[in-house]
Amino acid sequence: MSMTTEATINELATQKYKYGFTTDIEMEEFPKGLSADIVRLISAKKGEPEWLLEWRLKAYEAWLKMEEPEWARIHHPPIDYDDLYYYAAPAKAQPKSLDEVDPELLKTYEKLGIPLHERAALAGVAVDAVFDSVSVATTFRDTLAKAGVIFSPISEAVREHPELVQKYLGSVVPVGDNYFTALNSAVFSDGSFVFIPKGVRCPMELSTYFRINARNTGQFERTLIIAEEGASVSYLEGCTAPMRDENQLHAAVVELVALDEAMIKYSTVQNWYPGDADGKGGIYNFVTKRGACRGKNSKISWTQVETGSAITWKYPSCILQGDGSVGEFYSVAVTNHFQQADTGTKMIHIGKNTSSTIISKGISAGRSNNTYRGLVKIMPGASGARNFTQCDSLLIGDQCGAHTVPYIENRNASAKVEHEATTSKIAEDQLFYCRSRGLSEEDAVGLIVNGFCKDVLKELPMEFAVEAQKLLAVSLEGSVG
Amino acid sequence: MNALPTRKLEAWRYTDLRPLSALSFGAPPVAVAVPDLPELPFPRFVFLNGTLNPTLSTGFAYAKPFAAPPTFGSQPMAAINAEHVGGGINIEIPVGQDAGEALLVSQADGVTPFAYHPRHRVTLGQGAKFTLIEIDEGAGTYWQNAVFEIEVAEGAVFQHFRLQRESMEAFNTIFIHADIAAGASYEHFTLTLGAKLSRTEIEANLLGQNALAHLNAAQLLGGTQHGDFTTIIRHKAPNCPSRQTVKSVLAGRARGVFQGKIEVDQIAQKTDGYQMSQALLLSPDAEMDIKPELQIFADDVKCSHGATIGALDEEQVFYLRSRGIPEADARQILIRAFLEEALEPVTHDASKALFEEVLESWWGRQ
Repeated sequence: MSMTTEATINELATQKYKYGFTTDIEMEEFPKGLSADIVRLISAKKGEPEWLLEWRLKAYEAWLKMEEPEWARIHHPPIDYDDLYYYAAPAKAQPKSLDEVDPELLKTYEKLGIPLHERAALAGVAVDAVFDSVSVATTFRDTLAKAGVIFSPISEAVREHPELVQKYLGSVVPVGDNYFTALNSAVFSDGSFVFIPKGVRCPMELSTYFRINARNTGQFERTLIIAEEGASVSYLEGCTAPMRDENQLHAAVVELVALDEAMIKYSTVQNWYPGDADGKGGIYNFVTKRGACRGKNSKISWTQVETGSAITWKYPSCILQGDGSVGEFYSVAVTNHFQQADTGTKMIHIGKNTSSTIISKGISAGRSNNTYRGLVKIMPGASGARNFTQCDSLLIGDQCGAHTVPYIENRNASAKVEHEATTSKIAEDQLFYCRSRGLSEEDAVGLIVNGFCKDVLKELPMEFAVEAQKLLAVSLEGSVG
Repeated sequence: MNALPTRKLEAWRYTDLRPLSALSFGAPPVAVAVPDLPELPFPRFVFLNGTLNPTLSTGFAYAKPFAAPPTFGSQPMAAINAEHVGGGINIEIPVGQDAGEALLVSQADGVTPFAYHPRHRVTLGQGAKFTLIEIDEGAGTYWQNAVFEIEVAEGAVFQHFRLQRESMEAFNTIFIHADIAAGASYEHFTLTLGAKLSRTEIEANLLGQNALAHLNAAQLLGGTQHGDFTTIIRHKAPNCPSRQTVKSVLAGRARGVFQGKIEVDQIAQKTDGYQMSQALLLSPDAEMDIKPELQIFADDVKCSHGATIGALDEEQVFYLRSRGIPEADARQILIRAFLEEALEPVTHDASKALFEEVLESWWGRQ
């Protein structure tokens, strides 16, 4: 690598994570550590009904008896769950309208480029922004309300639509599903709630922006999306966090429910702080996302671009229960420096003629490890089920690892399952071709990587696709040469 | 006895050994069955109920006395084998020698249930050549738990063909460990037909440049049979190719398992790994579980795997029918073609002929 390239890279590396600022506002935090009392405090703080407190306490009990899972290919020092804050919120009282939101906070979101203000109507996206533990603003609520769409912080939905929340909360991801779902169920503080009533096509794309700001906090958001018969919605999620030397925990749960003929498209650009080039700091992103295609011909589509986090442990899944239901998983996971990603999906085929598609692109650079782990399970009743899986890995540099661990279980003879996986490096001839056309090595790699990921990126809503391409390039800076 | 592995162990998630642990095994009965040995004109070792039978066996120039074997780390079945080991072959082919073929027949007569734990060892000196044809068969209830230790020195070629046609009440578990040096090859093929429950587990280490491993298998299972083919290929040196084709045909309530892991160390640049597993489900109650796994730490590699599970391709059936072939015949033709393909990796004529004959008679029984 030439000196100039090195200099450029160094320059880029220092400016690399541009969302790494902190916001100094007055925060309200509960004491560190987790106990039944903290759970009660969180619940009381939010003025929750009795049933939800019970539910949380049950989850806490379950969590105490569980052990952290160890099967993923990730390594980290033990997490001290007593050294975390389980609730942190901007100290000012809940805002009634955007004008009441702390200006410091608005500035933060402005820096992040979130169209929080309604004057950003041009962006055409309704945003729910979650800052540490609480939702600070939700835009475009009137427009949505006219269409009958409910888009609100989940804490508010608990108060205003308790029957809906009670019916669906924990119905896709049971409280005791795994260690992190139990933890989340006990202490979740906020998140988004979306309800699209029968036959409604959500008039705009919905978006939630998550940001962890406070030190030593865990963020435990909970998202619940319900699309009734014939409804459809496209939902986007973005995440950032400040640069800090210590690791921060993010253990979210996302539940999707699609009834007959309903469609939910869930897109994520995950750009939590990945730690520095030496592997110091960064977010532990231990997330459970699952969608239930309950109705016939329903469809749930997950698209994710994972560039951030020190550790990613995440398997957005589909339970294909309704006959003819469709599950999709499109994923790009990029790891650089010391990042670790263990991500993939589960497609559980229960209903007849269900079909699923899995396209996963893993890119490893630096000293990182990137694992695809997935399950395709065809149950005996899933006649005519169909799955196609393609997992490709790209290695950049000889210090990183790329791993593929697919599980394929077929118990129905009329089902058809196909799986393909490849691992390779960027071909020298492709690089040479690009460079002979005058592209720098970095640009050439960026171009080739974007091509490698094209099948996934084209599934993203347009605004996100552009951002994702830029993110890919930024994430891989310093990996070539 | 060391405990049998349970499904809680990741490597055993698809194979449940509880039917095995439910049995109690006594001492091997005195074998009375006269083996119907295949007409292969090779030197042979014949084991009856785990003991080498001197009358049925012929001499083999490179056979050495049975030697106390080393143990293999944490592999649970090998640990059990080590506790009970009762004999086996020990073959050393000298440098540069083409030792031709040999036949290893293990026959069991389980009039009363018993278990035997053979330990076989084959080493080839530099540039040596050897082909071993192995046949496991028997009647009644018994458990064969074998361990095979293989060392192939630089430039040597070892072909290892196994026909597992144990009794339908039997259990067959085997653990094969192969160290393959630079320029050497280990070619393995197992045809699984018999046993109520079987598992062939192979761990092959490619230790020098251009070492080659072919780990192939075909499983034909029916009734309530359970067949498991599990492999790990470790690429520990640059420029090594590895190839795998695993084909399963499952009828009745049979369950087939294939777990194939390819590990590529950081040093193993220019690795070329390819793995294909295909399963044909002939009955609505059959089940196939596949776990192909890649673990890669080198960047200049070409590794791929493919897996398909399903019924016969209806388009192919239609094609044949449109040519005037009745549907039932069309299906038979396609299944046979699938099986024929499974035998392609067997490059040794006498072995291939044996496997074809066996396939023919399996087919006749369906």
